[in-house]
Parts: sequence; structure tokens; C-alpha cells
Amino acid sequence: MNNMTDNQTINLQRRNALKVGGGLGLLALFGSLGLVGNVMAESDRKAFAAKSMDEALTAMGVIIPENSDAIKLTVPEIAENGAVVPVTVISTLANVEQISIFVDKNPNVLAASFTIPQGTESMVTTRVKMGQTANVIALVKAGGKFYRVAREVKVTAGGCGG
Amino acid sequence: MDMNRREFLQLLALASAGGFLLENGVSHAAGNVASAAPKGSVSLLHITDCHAQLNPIYFREPEINLGVGANNGQVPHLVGEALLKHFGIRPGTMDAHAFTSLNFVEAAKKYGKVGGFAHLATLVKQVRADRPGSLLLDGGDTWQGTGQAMWTRGQDMIDACLALGVDVMTLHWECTYGAARIKETEEGVFKGKIDVVAQNVKTTDFGDQVFKPYVIREINKVPVAIIGQAFPYSTIANPRYFVPDWSYGIQEENLQLMIDEARGKGAQVVVLLSHNGMDVDLKMASRVTGLDAILGGHTHDGIPKPVEVKNRSGVTLVTNAGSNGKFLGVLDFEVKGGRVAGYQYKLMPVFSNLLAADKDMTALMQKHRAPFEAKLSEKLATTDGLLYRRGNFNGSFDQLILDALMKEKDAPIAFSPGFRWGTSLLPGSAITMEDVLNQTAITYPTTTVNNMTGAQIKTVLEDVGDNLFNPDPYYQQGGDMVRVGGLEYTCEPGAAMGSRIQDMRLNGKLIEADKVYKVAGWAPVSEAARDKGGEPIWDLVARHLRDEKVVKVTTPNMPKLKGMAGNPGMI
Repeated sequence: MNNMTDNQTINLQRRNALKVGGGLGLLALFGSLGLVGNVMAESDRKAFAAKSMDEALTAMGVIIPENSDAIKLTVPEIAENGAVVPVTVISTLANVEQISIFVDKNPNVLAASFTIPQGTESMVTTRVKMGQTANVIALVKAGGKFYRVAREVKVTAGGCGG
Repeated sequence: MDMNRREFLQLLALASAGGFLLENGVSHAAGNVASAAPKGSVSLLHITDCHAQLNPIYFREPEINLGVGANNGQVPHLVGEALLKHFGIRPGTMDAHAFTSLNFVEAAKKYGKVGGFAHLATLVKQVRADRPGSLLLDGGDTWQGTGQAMWTRGQDMIDACLALGVDVMTLHWECTYGAARIKETEEGVFKGKIDVVAQNVKTTDFGDQVFKPYVIREINKVPVAIIGQAFPYSTIANPRYFVPDWSYGIQEENLQLMIDEARGKGAQVVVLLSHNGMDVDLKMASRVTGLDAILGGHTHDGIPKPVEVKNRSGVTLVTNAGSNGKFLGVLDFEVKGGRVAGYQYKLMPVFSNLLAADKDMTALMQKHRAPFEAKLSEKLATTDGLLYRRGNFNGSFDQLILDALMKEKDAPIAFSPGFRWGTSLLPGSAITMEDVLNQTAITYPTTTVNNMTGAQIKTVLEDVGDNLFNPDPYYQQGGDMVRVGGLEYTCEPGAAMGSRIQDMRLNGKLIEADKVYKVAGWAPVSEAARDKGGEPIWDLVARHLRDEKVVKVTTPNMPKLKGMAGNPGMI
């Protein structure tokens, strides 16, 4: 038998704790990751404004990233809601400095970029907006080099199943 | 003993203990079904996708179930004689009738109706009597599909499954009664009796499990893990608003974690009770390790023998047990030294005339039906031809629904969902309200009229076409093509998305991308459509039928197919 009941109890406690804590806990969490109050560099601004993958990669100073098995990109095969598509990137590469997430058919292809401070676990999770079926690309900068992995996410009108 | 009964007994027979097969294959030796399982084996009984059909019905298997790309010519994309040849079934037999649409009307008259829970209960009791400790697994799509199930929010099926002795279930259409209905059942009448399992349903906020991902049950002292896989696209193929706080998906990585965890806890047999659909199951079996079998449903494929799929750690069996209460799957594992050493499998057709009705189940069914009897048995019209739905494109029952929509809504074009459930009616039959509801009973039944541009019409057809024909099964949703009335088109299933739908025409004239067309339909998935309301489809079809009195069945509107010549998924 599995220990579902224990898990459920813990989950309920966590849920209640977070409800009491409200937004404060989340803000503190983001703050510690350096996501709040960060001053955007000029290269970041260019990358986020980029309309194509080539343009974005050029702005970030990337020259043809290598595909890597050491990056795990978790996305749904078909998005439940194109407005909030969950994306998780975990990397086992050494010395990760930055994790970026792209959607190659979005009007602005760079969706998010995270700075990973030294000694931090290389895992980020967020939600991106997708207007149509596209590739989601995770780009990881580690030890000064860039690595990537891509997966297709289908955005569908829905209905007519089964 | 009459001929049908003799043939039926042979059909149900599994190999005797002496002939227990350690490798693949199913014995066709005659014998008594009740003496089939060897002592000490682990037996799993499997029903799926009965769509609430408590009473015996006719159900015609598809004459078109195309496989494209790597799936061309592969199970389950074989129909008719190609299917018979692949599985070594003799044409013209009861077995051939169970698995194909060949000579359907004549064979249906000869062998009678299929399914029905009172008859299924008798068969389950027989099979279980000789398989002590066996489990009965329900793959889902059990609570939906009839007027009665809809009006009782699945209560008739909930009670019937408890009476049948279901042990573990997973979900799809059940979700269209809303999250609360499922949880109140799981935590109420099911508690301690039926476990609901789904490793791939999580909360949208923290990703917590909504259901037990798996259960471990002992069968003859062997720990057996049953992991659940709900339909991955319940929030896309059906309205999101029924389960707003739940997130689905295939979740292959989590599945691997669950398999490894169950093995770590001592499970010697690990199976996935799946509502993925067979193509998704086959891909999953090739990528995930540690599963002895995937007992599958959703795509309604009646597959006589398991597909043995090789992966990095061994072989995973993949089965699919058909639909509408027509079959009972029986899987016996021989376990030696803590692992599976052999198996035998039989997908037993439930021929209602040849199995006595179980008295207790009959009484339960009568109790549930009584309040609705008058409404359900109302005769609306008669059909002069065969009415059926199943197949990749329009069935004749869909055509009837489309004709009703176009006439009643005064629209030149109509769409109807490509559902795979829906029973068949023989020529000369009365069409009752029950029959109409067997095609339409859903919790979002409103009829709609939309003004769509030609470009929008193409987008819809391409979108649904890709759900059916995407070469990667993980991107398929398991329904059939949207049924189309009025509009004629060419379909190239093997083409890329955006290029499959060609030469769309209305009354011979090409559809123009910018021109606006009036399109009737039903089953909208948006909240806006729900809030707007509208007449339920069954009332519209019933009104149409009362006017028509006799339905002249015409050839359904089929697209011209491109690149499919010789495809064994088509008769």
C-alpha cells in the first residue's frame, strides 16, 4: 500500500500554511532568487524584444548551442490552456549560470530568463503563454558555454474527444 | 446444444492448465471457461469504455480506422479481413462478427445483441469462480453514454459497478460530471470497495496527486500493483470547467517513478490501467520500463491478442478491450521467483443471448430504469437502414444528426463531434428516445449556430484531423474526425497539419477563406457557450425524427481520401 494518506495530510498542511502566509512567502522566495528588483541589462532588453530565435540568440551572445541530455525539459505534449503552459527545466550540468526559456513561434520568442547563483540547484519552473503550436526551447549557460533542448507543445482548439 | 452456443463456448475457452502458454499467443482449444486458470496464477479481469450501456445492444466495429506513417498496417489500425488475417480468425464465425464490421446486419441477426451488465455479471462470476483472488479492473468511460446515466449523474453505473465487483478504476468521461461528483463517490460509496487510481491527475496549484497513483493488492500472495492512467486530455477534449482545479497530461516521467516505487515496495506484477488510447499505450510501453502490461481503453479497439512491446528492460503487453460492454478481457499471469514467467489472454465477447441474465443485476437495473422507462421507450421514428457511428469519418447515425441540425437550424453546414461511443440499430428498427440519447447524452449538449469564415472552418478541420492523424501518438486525442454535414472535402491523413484538408466545397463551389458561412453544431466546450445555453441536441434530433417518421438511410458524407489506397485500416 502506498502512503497517500500521509501525503495528503502534509499537502493540506502545506496548503493551509501558504494560505496564512499569503503572498509574503512567495515574494520572499522570488526575492531570494534575484527576480525582484533586478535591473535589466541592455543585452537582456534586446533578447526579450527579439522576434526570432536567431535574433534572440545573437543578442545573448550565443553561437549555435549544443543539444544536451543533461537538461530535462518538462512540458505537456498538448497544452491544457495556451495562456499558462507549465514549463520545468532541470539541469545536471556543472556550473550553471543561466536558464532561459523560448517559445519559437511567439511574437517575442524569449519567455523567461533566470540567473542561477553559484551553489543553487539548477531547477526552474514557470508558466509561459503560447498562441499556437510551437517548440519550447530550454537554453542553459554552464561554464561559459550554451546548451539546449527543445520539445514541441501543441496548442489546440479542443473538443471532439473520445 | 445449439450451434451458436457451441461456437460461443469454444470462443470463450482458454487453454487448460496443461496448455498454459508461456510465450505469446492464445489457444483456441475447446473447453470450459470455468476451468481455465492454473492454480496460483495472478488473474486480472478488465472492462473498459462500456459507456453506461447496461442493456444488451448492437455495436458495429469500424470499417475505417486508418493508421498513418509508422502506424500504417499496425494494430489497432486493421479492420475487416485484414484484422481477421492478422489474428488468425476464420471469416464468417461468431469471433469474426465480434471483431469486425463484415456482413454486420446478417451476422447481428444470427448472433444477437452483445453486452449488458446482467449477462456480463454472469460471465464475470463464471470466470472469477475459477480465479480466486482475481481483480476486476474498470478502465473508465463507465458512467456516461446513456440518458439514464446522465440523469442520475452516473449513479446507475456506480451501483452497477459495485454490484459487478469492480476493484479498481480510472477515469475519462466521469470527469464531465464535475470534480465534486467523482470525489464524493470515491470517498463515499466506493470507499473500501473500489479504488480510483490516476497517476497523471494533479492539482493545478501545487501539483499534488488528486487520486491514489496506484494500489498494491495481493493476489494469491503475490503483490500486484495497479497504476492508474486517466485520459490525458480530459481538460482539452471535454470542457475545462468541469475540473477547473485538476491538471492531466501523459506524465511519462511520473509514471516511471510510480512503477519504480511500486517495485521498490515489493510489487511482483505491475500493470497500468490506462485510458490513454491504444496508440499512446504502444508508444508508452516502448519507452517506460517495468510494466508487465498496459490494460488499455479509450480508442475502443477490440483487440483479440495483446501486442508484445519490447523496451529497455523487457516486454510489456498492450491490450485494448473494446467498448459498449461488448467484451471482458481476462489476463492470467504465471508468477515464478518474484516475476512474471508467462501469460495467457482472452478478450471474451459478451453475446447476450448465450449468457443467462444475473438476477440481482437485473433487479438493480430495473430499479434504476423504472423512473425513466416511459421517456426512454418513446418511439420517434423507424429506420429503413443500418444506423451506426464508429469509424474515422461520418457514420450513418452521425449523418442523421447532421441532417437534423442543418434542417432545424437552417444551416448549409453542420459539425458533430467524432465520438467513438454510440450504439448501432439494425434496418427496420424503431428509433426510440433511448437510441437518440445513446448517441448524444453528455453534460454539455447545447446546439449552436456560428458564423464562421472559410478559413475558420479549415482551422477546425485541420485541428481535429491532427488529433486523429498526428504521426506521434502522444499528440493524438483518441477521438475520430469531426463529422461534417453539407461541406465536402478531401482529406490526406499522411500530410502535415495545415495541409491535410483540401478542396473544401459547398454545393460544388470552393469554400472561400474570407466568406462567412452559417455552421450548426453541438457540444461546445467553452464557458461562454455554456452560459449562453441552447436546446439540447437530443430534443432537436427527436423533433426532427417525429417529423420524418421513417428515416431513409443514405450513404454518409465521406471526404475523398488521398494517399490511403491499400491501407488495411479501411475496407
